[in-house]
Amino acid sequence: MIPANFNYHKVTSVKEAIALSTELGEEAKYMSGGHSLLPMMKLRFATPEHIIDISKIEGLSYIKEDGDMLKIGAMTTQTEMEHNDLLKENYPIMGDAIWLTADPSVRNVGTLGGNIAHGDAANDQPALMLAMRATVVAEGADGTKSIPIDEFFHGFYMTALEPSDVLTEIQIPKAKKGSGGAYVKIERKVGDYATAGVAVHVELDDNGVCQQIGIGLTNVSAVPMRLERGEEVLRGQTITDELIAQVGKIASEDCEPESDLRGSEAYKRSVVDTITKRMLNKALERARQ
Amino acid sequence: MGKHNVTMTINGESVTAEVDSRLLLVHFIRENLDLTGTHIGCDTSNCGACTIMLDGKSIKSCTYLTVRADGANITTIEGVAAEGTNSHLQQAFHDQHGLHCGFCTPGMIIRSMDLLKTNPNPTEEEIRWGISGNLCRCTGYNNIVKSVQQAATEMAKEKEASV
Repeated sequence: MIPANFNYHKVTSVKEAIALSTELGEEAKYMSGGHSLLPMMKLRFATPEHIIDISKIEGLSYIKEDGDMLKIGAMTTQTEMEHNDLLKENYPIMGDAIWLTADPSVRNVGTLGGNIAHGDAANDQPALMLAMRATVVAEGADGTKSIPIDEFFHGFYMTALEPSDVLTEIQIPKAKKGSGGAYVKIERKVGDYATAGVAVHVELDDNGVCQQIGIGLTNVSAVPMRLERGEEVLRGQTITDELIAQVGKIASEDCEPESDLRGSEAYKRSVVDTITKRMLNKALERARQ
Repeated sequence: MGKHNVTMTINGESVTAEVDSRLLLVHFIRENLDLTGTHIGCDTSNCGACTIMLDGKSIKSCTYLTVRADGANITTIEGVAAEGTNSHLQQAFHDQHGLHCGFCTPGMIIRSMDLLKTNPNPTEEEIRWGISGNLCRCTGYNNIVKSVQQAATEMAKEKEASV
């Protein structure tokens, strides 16, 4: 399979990317790692006239804690995240997800920013970002903007980004004592999109009471989904097995899966119930360590 | 639409060419350079038959534009053996019968090179996860794992001897 013809442009700075994209208009698409976009172009689901290659822009590949935020440059590859000591030590939820994302050779090229900017509810990172209350930082023609993750995903492959906006950084509240997160997805085979996936981030106070909770779901809705009704049940509570069971049930009710080759709607709802409970328990275990 | 001059190093030799924007790297390698050891299996970045080494990392060349490889340093299976001698991985795949039909083998070897570089002493589970993006339709995984284990041992011995 060969993509339809397009013009290729390489840029070396964010400024240059924005200027070129503004000039070329809506028929131009940015390409970072290209492992979501290029497969779509090969299938002719996407036929952009112009590809602006942003992968050669320097300075957008980093992982650091700064103030009360974890900051990850948008062009950081998933392999770089997989081998990063800070993430391994303090953000095990990232390792959970990356281990289950595609395969090592794809992760060598695929970037965090691309995984999020693609706006696909089947990608793994959106659920994590929703659970961890990330902020997406983008540069555009009118300057820098910070977009709370709850306002980022607008629809099927649609995000809050304007066509010329370049996603530059992801900011996540820094891990603290009493916080923990976990992610799992059920996949038919390695590298497949999720049949269903669940990300949980929880923050407990010294008495073990849940102060903050985030639950994100993968590939069981058209838009990456936050399980708000489930979070409400747990916030301010000492989390018990009964509450966990209740949230599992809510997750299975509130998700919006469709029957497809990965399973029937009923099966997926059942999977979501089970893995929501599992991930709540795993996140709690990590938070209590 | 859009021709581009690219220069890259492939198996130690500098190559310059004019290519279309949409030319996939695997087609450039196979059809323009006649290096047919890199295979095309699924063409959808699932099977890993097209795996090559680009700037020290294994990538799937069916999902990479040739223009993006401008300036890159690439190794294909043809460049793995030095001076006609099998690499440790090649020798191990031979010794352990790590292939049936051989179609996946070039990709398996390149991927394993990257794996052993980042993790010189992998457990069996780490090897299986490490090659999870490379499919063997003959299902010869047990011997592939043994091959990677043998290569890891040989490479460790060589490293020790050179210290």
